[in-house]
Amino acid sequence: MIIRRAPDLRSSEITDEQLYLRRREFMKTAAVPAVAALAGLSPALVLAAGQDALPNVRKGVVTLDEALTPWADVTTYNNFYEFGTDKSDPARNAKNFRTKPWTVKIDGLVNKPGDYHFEDLVAPHGLEERVYRLRCVEAWSMVIPWVGFPLKDLLKRVEPQGGAKFVEFTTLNDPKQMPGQRVGVLDWPYVEGLRLDEAMHPLPILAVGLYGKVLPNQNGAPLRLVVPWKYGFKSIKSIVRIRVTEKQPVSSWQASAPQEYGFYSNVNPDVDHPRWSQARERRIGEFLKRKTLPFNGYADQVAGLYAGMDLKKFY
Amino acid sequence: MRAFRLLTLFVFVASLAPLAYLLLGAWRGSLGANPIEAITRATGVWTLRFMLITLAVTPARWLTGWNGVVRVRRMLGLFAFFYGSLHLVTYVWLDQFFDWAAIVRDVAKRPFITAGFSAYLLLVPLAMTSTAGMIRRLGGRTWRRLHRLAYAAAALGVVHYWWLVKADIRPPRNYAILLALLLLVRLFAFYRGQVPERRGLPVRKS
Repeated sequence: MIIRRAPDLRSSEITDEQLYLRRREFMKTAAVPAVAALAGLSPALVLAAGQDALPNVRKGVVTLDEALTPWADVTTYNNFYEFGTDKSDPARNAKNFRTKPWTVKIDGLVNKPGDYHFEDLVAPHGLEERVYRLRCVEAWSMVIPWVGFPLKDLLKRVEPQGGAKFVEFTTLNDPKQMPGQRVGVLDWPYVEGLRLDEAMHPLPILAVGLYGKVLPNQNGAPLRLVVPWKYGFKSIKSIVRIRVTEKQPVSSWQASAPQEYGFYSNVNPDVDHPRWSQARERRIGEFLKRKTLPFNGYADQVAGLYAGMDLKKFY
Repeated sequence: MRAFRLLTLFVFVASLAPLAYLLLGAWRGSLGANPIEAITRATGVWTLRFMLITLAVTPARWLTGWNGVVRVRRMLGLFAFFYGSLHLVTYVWLDQFFDWAAIVRDVAKRPFITAGFSAYLLLVPLAMTSTAGMIRRLGGRTWRRLHRLAYAAAALGVVHYWWLVKADIRPPRNYAILLALLLLVRLFAFYRGQVPERRGLPVRKS
């Protein structure tokens, strides 16, 4: 698999198996100083402690030689327009969002359609930790240790049919719980899409957690997509429907401003947003901007998907 | 005179409060995950607010009949220029870090930056001619005409904000509505003949 040969992954960064097997023992011994550290009450730690830890996560499946963006920043600064358009809104307004029970409808051109309970949907898949860069279309970026499983594994499970070419994802539509949906900033519900071969690539994951913990509401709980080589808005949150189609879906941002947001929305420093440059980005926590990498640094793995395509036209 | 001094002092201190709040936030590290963006936004929004507050002084005078209020207009206008300057410095220094090539490209190529930069350029002559000496030198009539640029600067400021947002146009729209109201009041007053030429003048010393 391509990921295993990713240049980012060094053998030294993979947790030693013996250590991995003794992780529970390690957790026990680590627990005491951890609790003591909590007494210091760093707000970030306390917040993180509020989320349950996810059990049986395979660590180090994809790693990066770049500093992780702190939990506090990842969970207080993000776009999730269903909870408000300011990047501090989601953390504030998603506190009481109910993610249990949660059902995901899988339909369209698949042999095994159905309404899947969240637990049943996730259970057959081993959870793994993958550290990915996230590049927002607004020219800021983060490095986030997601916990999830490959999207392709789920798709294989439901068996796409012959004519299937695209996958469409839909976010929950519930204005009672999602105050942002009471305003017509975008056409609700939020819709995103991938070409089937993009979706079947080893990199995209369905995430259920970050930093080893259950995904916080504001980050798209209970289930979200993470496609690391595309602008952040492609990584749709709080998914309730996955539909396999023959026709290319129209994503919400595409519908809102087609001249600014294309279907592909691959991170591309050479194709500017009509209103701002995409050549550089501010990594959260850094002062100077850094150069934006083609396909957000995943060109080796994914550029082949777009061979022969004019990326200025298919932005 | 004492009341006027107190008013001036109050307006001065109050006008520095947004900056103090920002500095406190920077010092405490409570500006969020992206402090540079927070500073850029705060200075920009306060520039717009001060422009609108300044443009509200004259209608407020008509409404209250209290002419003394016009004496703080210059200070409020200068604060608009002050926050506008901070906004520009934030962009040039913190955001672009003196990458002049990138800045020139931005100003030329990005309509929202073009609008914002133009708005700032319009404020420069207004700030420079804000002294009593300059008013005397220019003569009230010329000075007043020149200072009508304040309307254009405010309009460009709103456009700058409008063109920047991705989808949620409500905040810039609110500023646009406020500005439209402030301009409509003037139009209305003008047609009712309530604005004799002289009443728009600053206090003349000669």
